[in-house]
Amino acid sequence: MTGTRSPLVELRGMSISFGGVRAVDDVSLDLAAGEVVALLGHNGAGKSTLIKMLSGAYRGDAGEIRLDGQPVTIASPRDSRRHGIETIYQTLALAENLDAAANLFLGRELLTRWGTLDDVAMEAETRKVMSRLNPHFVKFKDPVRALSGGQRQAVAIARAIHFNARVLIMDEPTAALGPQETRQVADLILQLKKEGIGIFLISHDIHDVFDLADRVAVMKNGKLVGTAPTGAVTKDEVLGMIILGSCPPGAVPGPGAMAG
Amino acid sequence: MTDPARREPGRALADFLRATEIDARLVGMLVALALIWVGVDLLSGGAFLTPRNLWNLSVQTASVAVMAAGMVLVIVARHIDLSVGSILGVVGMIMGVVQSEFLPRFLGYEHGLTWLLALAVGLAAGAAIGLLQGAIVAYLGVPAFIVTLGGLLVWRGCAWWITSGRTVAPMDEAFRRMGGGIEGSIGASWTWAVAALAFAAIAWRTLASRRRRARVGFALRPVWAEFTVAGLACAGVLAVVLVANSYDLPPRVAERIAEAKGIAVPPGGLSIAHGLAVPVLIAVAIGILVTFLATRTRFGRYVFALGGNPEATELSGVDTRRVTVRVFVLMGTLCAVSAAISTARLNAATNSQGTLDELYVIAAAVIGGTSLSGGLGTVAGAMLGALVMQSLQSGMVLMGLDTPLQNIVVGIVLVVAVWLDRLYRTRTLRGGAT
Repeated sequence: MTGTRSPLVELRGMSISFGGVRAVDDVSLDLAAGEVVALLGHNGAGKSTLIKMLSGAYRGDAGEIRLDGQPVTIASPRDSRRHGIETIYQTLALAENLDAAANLFLGRELLTRWGTLDDVAMEAETRKVMSRLNPHFVKFKDPVRALSGGQRQAVAIARAIHFNARVLIMDEPTAALGPQETRQVADLILQLKKEGIGIFLISHDIHDVFDLADRVAVMKNGKLVGTAPTGAVTKDEVLGMIILGSCPPGAVPGPGAMAG
Repeated sequence: MTDPARREPGRALADFLRATEIDARLVGMLVALALIWVGVDLLSGGAFLTPRNLWNLSVQTASVAVMAAGMVLVIVARHIDLSVGSILGVVGMIMGVVQSEFLPRFLGYEHGLTWLLALAVGLAAGAAIGLLQGAIVAYLGVPAFIVTLGGLLVWRGCAWWITSGRTVAPMDEAFRRMGGGIEGSIGASWTWAVAALAFAAIAWRTLASRRRRARVGFALRPVWAEFTVAGLACAGVLAVVLVANSYDLPPRVAERIAEAKGIAVPPGGLSIAHGLAVPVLIAVAIGILVTFLATRTRFGRYVFALGGNPEATELSGVDTRRVTVRVFVLMGTLCAVSAAISTARLNAATNSQGTLDELYVIAAAVIGGTSLSGGLGTVAGAMLGALVMQSLQSGMVLMGLDTPLQNIVVGIVLVVAVWLDRLYRTRTLRGGAT
């Protein structure tokens, strides 16, 4: 972690306020290639908001984002995609009335040489990606509305990984899934990690992500309580960080850590 | 041999629709239209299903159908445009003044370019109005309902203001062709040429889509299904052509044309067919163009995505505001096309032209299966919806019903049509989820 190579993503002093409320207050966090960092905290702790600044959905009031050590400006979701940052939102952000292929390529459609949509090529690509994620998936012609929760999740994940992401942000990736689908997502995360993709996992439930993550980062009331390698802390200690804001000995305290 | 069709007719129909990939809603609408036509024909003593009436019906439908094509995209994107009738009014007035008061000062009357210049000015004005309204919706965040409700008053006021309420007439002769009538029909031979073009297009489309699917190894439609679909489409074209070509010009007009061309008039009288009307061709061309935009371009894909989930579309990196502005620009431009058709048809521009058209246009789109909650709708459906509305209306005129009663019937049909559509949707959706 502390080698000479700069981390893949560095967030420095990120802050954003909504109507006088500091939703995210001076948070600094980094992510290495092939690393899984779990971002934990209660609902309203500011974790989704922090990550939305990285994905371009919000523009921060202060702070700097660096990729490979280079400062970058992320003003829109398009900017973030261009830098290889892909986000799977908790809501999945799918257009319910369109089919899987249209959703997968939304904003990045494949075109024929006449400049028209190449739906056939997009469906063919979608079949390829989906066969990797969910071999039983057959509803390529149906609108996403007609799919099950797991199938929708697969479409959202397919969209994120199809375009050679370097950084993947997953907001509550398994909240809506059954046990078997949760295991599939876990396998996928490990596989992507092996491919060198840096992954932020956002969750309010420590049990979902503790075993998958290399490090945890805990937020409370918009501030970073601290970060810790998962090997150096216990689940109970992380729970203490989430609930009380206390920082155990194995963790690196942040500005939000309880004094004392 | 067991015939599944005989045992379960409902299921056989479903299988047939699945194999041919024909939209069941569209079939439903065509059936409804056929019922209306036959019913009205019986009730009016055979006055409805005549070449003359059907030809007039097609011309009367054109203006609303053109605007309905644009309204589909507006509604699909979760907006509404209440100002289309007023835009038609003001743009019609602009085109009228340009061709009969402004241009003649420089070009004289009946100059060859007059109609084109007037049309161009009108299209630009329509697009500009759409741009303004779309920009207010997209960038200032005022709901489209309010912006276009304001527009309804503003543009109607402008239409009056341009000439202080005076009617502008007559229109340029070449311009009048866009309105149909004797001069605005293309005659029997050109009608057959259009039909040949349509047949070729149907064949080409069928083959091209097969080739594309075969290239990536997708399942193809059964050959019989391809033939059925292409055959039905060709039969439809043929029916329209035959009707248009059996509506003859009035005998006097035919004689005059024959005289001008130096043809001897046979003793039994001369029969020259109208053929398709220019406004109908314009409407069909607009329908094809907007369908292409809606289904084959990025713009159309984004319009539908926006209607399905605006937030997701934004997060996908789509510039949703620009898409919104473009939808309104398209709508404004199509209003200008309709304005050209209706001023040409009336041979005058009046400040009340297009009054209440917004309601007919929205009703046509909704009867045609456009969902007011966005994300769902087809251009063909909306244009058929316009034809359904117009059929009812002119049917009731033929039957001699009073205007208030006509309004009552149209109002009830609108509500019932949407209710039936809802029933159909909830059923198919449940079917799709299992």
